[in-house]
Amino acid sequence: MEFSGVKRRKPWLIGDQRKASYPHSLQFYLQPPSENISLIEFENLAIDRLKLLKSVENLGVSYVKGTELYQSKLEAEIRRLKFSYRESLEDEYEPRRKDHISHFILRLAYCQSEDLRRWFIQQEMDLLRFRFSILPKDKIQSFLQDSHLHFEAISEEEKNLREQEIIASSTSLGGPKLELEYVYKIPFADALDLFRGRKVYLENGFAYVPLKDIVAIILNEFRAKLSKALALTARSLPAVQSDERLQPLLNHLSHSYIGQDYSIQGNAGKISLDQIDSLSTKSFPPCMRQLHKALRENHHLRHGGRMQYGLFLKGIGLTLEQALQFWKQEFIKGKMDPDKFDKGYSYNIRHSFGKEGKRTDYTPFSCLKIILTNPPSQGDYHGCPFRHSDPELLKQKLQSYKITPGGISQILDLVKGTHYQVACQKYFEMTHNSRDPDLDNRRLLTACPVLGMYALPTMPTVGTIFKDIVLREQCVVETAWMVYMTGRRS
Amino acid sequence: MEPFDPAELPELLKLYYRRLFPYAQYYRWLNYGGVVKNYFQHREFSFTLKDDIYIRYQSFNNQSDLEKEMQKMNPYKIDIGAVYSHRPNQHNTVKLGAFQAQEKELVFDIDMTDYDDVRRCCSSADICSKCWTLMTMAIRIIDRALKEDFGFKHRLWVYSGRRGVHCWVCDESVRKLSSAVRSGIVEYLSLVKGGQDVKKKVHLSENVHPFVRKSISIIKKYFEGYALVGQDILENKESWDKILALVPETMHNDLQQNFQKHHSSLQRWEYLKKAASQCPSNIKNEKCGPWLEWEIMLQYCFPRLDINVSKGINHLLKSPFSVHPKTGRISVPIDLQKVDQFDPFAVPTISSICHELDAIFTSEAEKEENQAESDIKHRTRDYKKTSLAPYVKVFEQFLENLDKSRKGELLKKSGTMRETKMNYTKMNSLPCLPAYWKY
Repeated sequence: MEFSGVKRRKPWLIGDQRKASYPHSLQFYLQPPSENISLIEFENLAIDRLKLLKSVENLGVSYVKGTELYQSKLEAEIRRLKFSYRESLEDEYEPRRKDHISHFILRLAYCQSEDLRRWFIQQEMDLLRFRFSILPKDKIQSFLQDSHLHFEAISEEEKNLREQEIIASSTSLGGPKLELEYVYKIPFADALDLFRGRKVYLENGFAYVPLKDIVAIILNEFRAKLSKALALTARSLPAVQSDERLQPLLNHLSHSYIGQDYSIQGNAGKISLDQIDSLSTKSFPPCMRQLHKALRENHHLRHGGRMQYGLFLKGIGLTLEQALQFWKQEFIKGKMDPDKFDKGYSYNIRHSFGKEGKRTDYTPFSCLKIILTNPPSQGDYHGCPFRHSDPELLKQKLQSYKITPGGISQILDLVKGTHYQVACQKYFEMTHNSRDPDLDNRRLLTACPVLGMYALPTMPTVGTIFKDIVLREQCVVETAWMVYMTGRRS
Repeated sequence: MEPFDPAELPELLKLYYRRLFPYAQYYRWLNYGGVVKNYFQHREFSFTLKDDIYIRYQSFNNQSDLEKEMQKMNPYKIDIGAVYSHRPNQHNTVKLGAFQAQEKELVFDIDMTDYDDVRRCCSSADICSKCWTLMTMAIRIIDRALKEDFGFKHRLWVYSGRRGVHCWVCDESVRKLSSAVRSGIVEYLSLVKGGQDVKKKVHLSENVHPFVRKSISIIKKYFEGYALVGQDILENKESWDKILALVPETMHNDLQQNFQKHHSSLQRWEYLKKAASQCPSNIKNEKCGPWLEWEIMLQYCFPRLDINVSKGINHLLKSPFSVHPKTGRISVPIDLQKVDQFDPFAVPTISSICHELDAIFTSEAEKEENQAESDIKHRTRDYKKTSLAPYVKVFEQFLENLDKSRKGELLKKSGTMRETKMNYTKMNSLPCLPAYWKY
């Protein structure tokens, strides 16, 4: 790809030629683009795609993926940003070209670290999954072929021969409706996740995969290819970065994610100790709210609770001195000897701030970690209330938090479906008087107008979303790079 | 058969490695036609010597090198490992991280001790003709799946020498499989899950996968003879209580009472089948049908694999034709056509075949004038005169199939090569044959 300083006219392809270069509304991004574009277009494309991927991320957290609401919101967002999504629409050339080029630009920005790659791959996969789900069935075969995936749909006779076996193997097929389904024959090693759990029929080294299951395989293929490509890109990155025109933009793009990494944050956002009580009811997520309450009531917390809560407090801005003071004050109220505290507990607090031992500045636990590891037992208050509380107890707790009955039943439904983080998001909406996360974001934006789209939290921890609220309610925010960004536009 | 005395091993092994071990066939196997350069030279072997001295990362240049080393070191046990990126015996000279295991056969190890909770006749290292049927069923079930479901063509089943069997899958594509896929294959083949603290180890869903269905058909052929007669699993209260532990509590009373009335495991099993397939009215969500009966059959008969043996590419497994130091039995290949007749107690021991060899040697040497001449003349065919012969024949058949496949693959490849060449070299008048036409 070459970049010119002057805006050039885009090459004008005639009808069929345009269609041929982008035959589908979605793609695997196997070939990098080869045309010239202007710097400005380069920047715009990148920013638009970043907006799209951020939306994909937010929608994936606010709604259960695959539901109608999720699909319609995502489609609206794609359409708004003028990217491609549907096969049957006329003159899809521009949106598809935009999709193609912007993907490759973002690869440059997001190949640089493990975290960035993981985030990029996750959002691209979700986007591909959505686009594939709305692809008409008859177009699938040609899409697979063009993507060099050797999945052949088997003929009717072949299907009939194996009908019983295929139906008996696949849990996704409901009843004897095989005539309407496409079935694909792929080498068994390409269907690892399916055959290991005996979820697919195997014959002579091939797996006979019905359409519904092929999506998972395609996504795996995509992930593997993209992962490899990103590793390759990272290796050739120094050459690209040395281009002075691109360097600042690429840095900004990747920082719009790293900017929310509170682990490396220094002094932005200060909390005073007397604010904690009121913040805990107004702005803390329920897991931290309950830990704080237990600490105040018992003047003690067990190890799991100290870890989870202690790191959260650090994440929202408590300094080491404040932390030591906070915990000591509380523990002393529980008739603990101050010397005992110094000997037994203060070392651990300093350790989690990176002042002891191997000096790692530990980050707050992510939601996934809290949900999946170290479940609480009797006498513990840590964990995720949506995951670890009995539904009845959770209901009572939510009622005591004054959530509306409608909201409570929505939350309980989400918990039943094991969508714990979405439930927490719902709790957030309820306690901040908003039912619509978009509305909510706009409310936040009006509170702090300097913030643009990029400041939306990316949810590595629930703590970060709440921290944003905590901070915005005090309007203390990092804007340095934002100013630089807006300043750069000329 | 000569009784085996472990103390005689050093002498017996000397004779075995000099006159009986089938080096030519062994090399023919592991060399895989010499198609890939250094495939044999990069293969790891490990030896266990006298006094439990264990040495890894042995490798050899060719057949005669292998012979010389084995005769020199006289190993008690030989294990085969992976094909590495470099010669294993030079692995210390390789840069850190560069010495990697690259390919290996897919192997399975089925051990009788894993069935101790369901066999009444023996336990731990002991086996008898009654429980050996478990191995027969395991071979049939696993082999069918490897052949029909996965399409694997070259499967060598070997008696381990004491209490189990091994399987070596040697297809070219299989040797390249990743650890993840190998684990996946073992998972596909696993149905019995849980350790000591789990009573009921098999749970079937309503949808029965064809693999499970076909395995059950195989077990059905043996179940009466093995479980109801041989093991007599419903013989008395003590034994049928174990079966009741696998059945919903609501059925216990009815079954207990009726078991008392019947007189044999056969009758009791018939009753249980009938009772299990009736729709239990008081149990929510219980399936009506033969699932319960199948779950019991599977728990008592379905193969139990050790995933750790199969998933690692660098895992070392006992070599065929190795000797078992405790029983003296040779690890011989099993003829799949005659798997029902295979008798582990008829497998020759090292002492018996050495004895056979001695007997022949002395009688023939009396006819020969020149000792040295007879020695060399007989060396290559000695095993043929002992009871080891039929097992080597099974091995040779396996090798024939490997060769045939290999030639077929090469023909295919050179066929497409020739076509391309023809398209591209229309101008050239001299035709050139691809190199691998000459072999």
